[in-house]
Amino acid sequence: MDKRINVPFTKDEVVTLHAGDYVYLTGTIYSARDAAHKRMYDTMLEGKEIPMELKNNVIYYLGPTPAREGQVIGSAGPTTASRMDKYTPLLLDNGLNGMIGKGKRSKEVIDAIVRNKAVYFAAVGGAGALLSKCIKKSEVIAYDDLGTESIRKMEVENFPVIVVIDSEGNNLYETAVEEFRKTL
Amino acid sequence: MRTIHTDEIIRNVKEMCIEANVHLSDDMEQAIRNAKEKETGTLGKQILGQLCENMDIAASEQIPICQDTGMAVLFVKVGQDVHIEGMNITDAINEGVRQGYKEGYLRKSVVADPLLRENTKDNTPAIIHYDIVPGDQLEILIAPKGFGSENMSKVFMLKPADGAEGVKNAVIEAVKDAGPNACPPIVVGVGVGGDFEKAAILAKKALTRNTTEGSSLPHIKEMEQELLERINKLGIGPGGLGGATTALAVNIETYPTHIAGLPVAVNMCCHVNRHVKRVL
Repeated sequence: MDKRINVPFTKDEVVTLHAGDYVYLTGTIYSARDAAHKRMYDTMLEGKEIPMELKNNVIYYLGPTPAREGQVIGSAGPTTASRMDKYTPLLLDNGLNGMIGKGKRSKEVIDAIVRNKAVYFAAVGGAGALLSKCIKKSEVIAYDDLGTESIRKMEVENFPVIVVIDSEGNNLYETAVEEFRKTL
Repeated sequence: MRTIHTDEIIRNVKEMCIEANVHLSDDMEQAIRNAKEKETGTLGKQILGQLCENMDIAASEQIPICQDTGMAVLFVKVGQDVHIEGMNITDAINEGVRQGYKEGYLRKSVVADPLLRENTKDNTPAIIHYDIVPGDQLEILIAPKGFGSENMSKVFMLKPADGAEGVKNAVIEAVKDAGPNACPPIVVGVGVGGDFEKAAILAKKALTRNTTEGSSLPHIKEMEQELLERINKLGIGPGGLGGATTALAVNIETYPTHIAGLPVAVNMCCHVNRHVKRVL
């Protein structure tokens, strides 16, 4: 089912999303990938403040190419989510509501998604030129020294994603492949 | 003896890095467009549609097809009658990569030390495989390799008794395990024979072969076709969300091996299987 929702969103909205929904996101999201996750995680374990608000927000696992003059951002598709698995439960337990990436998640992450009523979306891997068109503003807000891996605050419009793991733990990667196999 | 100046190598490598990241080869582009027409999975078809649109935008606006513009992998055939003038050939290739990734607005994805992980900020060093060949030409093939799919690659040291069936099972196991992570539809590069590292290099080389050609060896060509059929019955589909297009091609390269061994390497590549070749 196609849905249009605004980000950030509350838990009440998260629970209306179901694995398999095609969703267009509009609003503010943040980019962070491997190095930024490690740094945020270490900072949180030390009991210090991290440079982005987690509550109700969505993190996009992204390291874009540099923008040419006149562009908001370069190519901007999702990176593999499983590399963030080690750090994700702590972020979810501290209020993060959603993640955009691609690929499988660990059992620990799925448990944390259910426990916190969060959601994991997939964007289409390898469609970075197309997805860049849905990003209307982009600003590095922290960890500038990490280059492409810095944290960006981004305004998106109708950014296309698919709900892969919903707040009840349903996993589209498992069900969709099973369903398709039945048609063969 | 023919002289080639390294300035020419630098310029060509620079241009090839940029070209490879914005345009797919004709066979790859056609394979994706054909798959979109044939796909029967609902989400799968939608995703292939997005990939076609993505290629159009990348080409018309010079935006890289994928944000992972890869580590620069090069296969260089140096004719033994070529004299390289100017600087060290490896330094020249790295200079070309440096300039290409800067001028092409490509992502710098290389860290200097695998554990300390500080970005080199210019995407060097490249990974360069040299071959010395007869003649007075210099062939450069550049294949920027993304790591979403690279991370799902595997090497299997099989026993001779495992035979063809063992090779096929290894490939299927690797593809199943990769699932959505390798950004399907994928191209599967397979190296069979040689030793531990030769198999892996063959698998990478297999990815650079035209996907419509097939192996020149009849029994290997048959294996490629059978594997493609079996992989596409797994149902993984585009984006791993169900469909008939899990792989666009299976390319296998072979090499003689030891009486005691049957090495098999499976190098996964996403649908952004980039490669550009030039002969100087």
